[in-house]
Amino acid sequence: MRGIGKRFRSGVAALAGIDLDIGDGEFLSLVGPSGCGKTTLLRIIAGLAEPSEGERRLSLGPDGGGRMSRERVGFVFQDPTLMPWGTVVDNVLLPFRIAGRAGPAERERVGTELRAVGLAGFERAYPRELSGGMRMRVSIARALVTDPDLLLLDEPFAALDEITRMALNDDLLRLWEARRTTVVFVTHSVFESVYLSTRIAVMTARPGRIAADLPIELPQPRDRGLRTSPNYAAICATVSDELARAMADRSR
Amino acid sequence: MRAGRSLRLWRVAAPLAVGFVFLCVWEIVVRVNGVPRYILPSPHEIAVSLWTDGPSLLGSLLVTLRVTLAALAAATVLGGGIAVLFSLSRILELGFFPYAVMLQVTPIVAIAPLIIIWVKEPFLALLVCAWIVAFFPIVANTTVGLNSADRNLLALFRLYGASRGQTLRYLKLPTALPYFLTGLRISGGLALIGAVVAEFVAGTGGTETGLAFRILEAGYRLAIPRLFAALFLLSLTGIVIYLVLDLLSRLLLRHWHESAIDEEEE
Repeated sequence: MRGIGKRFRSGVAALAGIDLDIGDGEFLSLVGPSGCGKTTLLRIIAGLAEPSEGERRLSLGPDGGGRMSRERVGFVFQDPTLMPWGTVVDNVLLPFRIAGRAGPAERERVGTELRAVGLAGFERAYPRELSGGMRMRVSIARALVTDPDLLLLDEPFAALDEITRMALNDDLLRLWEARRTTVVFVTHSVFESVYLSTRIAVMTARPGRIAADLPIELPQPRDRGLRTSPNYAAICATVSDELARAMADRSR
Repeated sequence: MRAGRSLRLWRVAAPLAVGFVFLCVWEIVVRVNGVPRYILPSPHEIAVSLWTDGPSLLGSLLVTLRVTLAALAAATVLGGGIAVLFSLSRILELGFFPYAVMLQVTPIVAIAPLIIIWVKEPFLALLVCAWIVAFFPIVANTTVGLNSADRNLLALFRLYGASRGQTLRYLKLPTALPYFLTGLRISGGLALIGAVVAEFVAGTGGTETGLAFRILEAGYRLAIPRLFAALFLLSLTGIVIYLVLDLLSRLLLRHWHESAIDEEEE
């Protein structure tokens, strides 16, 4: 019940000939210029959009067979995408409510998840009473509450200020280290992707392709100190070069 | 905050001051020019008439109010229900919405006589007229609201395998609530207008008389102060209906919707 291998190939204008295997417990970042189809790719992985060519396959467990249950995917959008009429608890409880079980055990689970993202004490707050960073935390808690095998994040921190963003980077890293959920993270920030990922796929635009696939061999667990280490800077430079080359290829 | 508090004070004081000045000018103009009361009574005479005819006028008001509230209730239930049906089936919406518009744009005065002929029970006839006027804003607004759900939230519901019923209940209905309440506030006033128009067309019909008929009657008898008194009660009723629905809207939306949040709070 852990782990997903995925093969995916699509050939619309947005994405072309993408081969991607995502390993169990990986933290994969998709980095690329805007309009390169990162979001489309993520939606296809989630099953929210169908590829026009190719196939996506989810393998579950050692036998590699079987359909992945709906609840096993968590999705975090660019906006917090909360229901403004519901409290924090209502919002995080949503996946359980849809699954038709929102009993005491699930409520307990929601409480645990809110503590994990640092929102203990805000259970009864409404989204409009929270800051942008806190709303995003609610959104992350909602994605994680079902204990998904696959967590998909679509530029979740793009709209946040630098300080909040760094804090949320650290929190996300901590959450991932604790559970080793497979993560696919879409971003256009090289620094963010290197800091968080075990692997980075650099994408080009129109049609979206994967130009480079780089494992990030940085020690774990990671913390703020890493951001200033020479090693980190070197990898950031490599990824930036790949990105620049990918974009130059396109314009040529 | 000082600015905020004084603004709140003005919100009550300013309209009252305007009204008071207006009444004073009216009184003075009527007295100075000696305008006969069957043309334009002074506010003082209207107040006297309101006092003496008050009890009987209130009885008539209750008749009109019953029609209004029943029509509003029917508009809420049927209007909301039709909007939900529309949201469940696009074909249904495409097929029926133009006819809802047609019903809306046809002047009620023009079809009221027909309805009064067709529907034997007078109360029911008035109710139908008022309902026709009142239901459209609820249908139109609620339909828009039901179609306005956040696209990412819709995707999320799909991701978690929500049924249509669940999406409706947990996402579309709450999204539509502010739209519905806007429609309801408009419909509250329209139901009253519909009831009055229907009464005008129907006359007494040999039953209890509503406020509109009292206005007609007072006009025929040149009892103009009473006419004004009835008119005053009618607008007061309209204002009260609006305020009640506005309060309801604020209570329901107080936690989350921008429209229900005080400006000072942010």
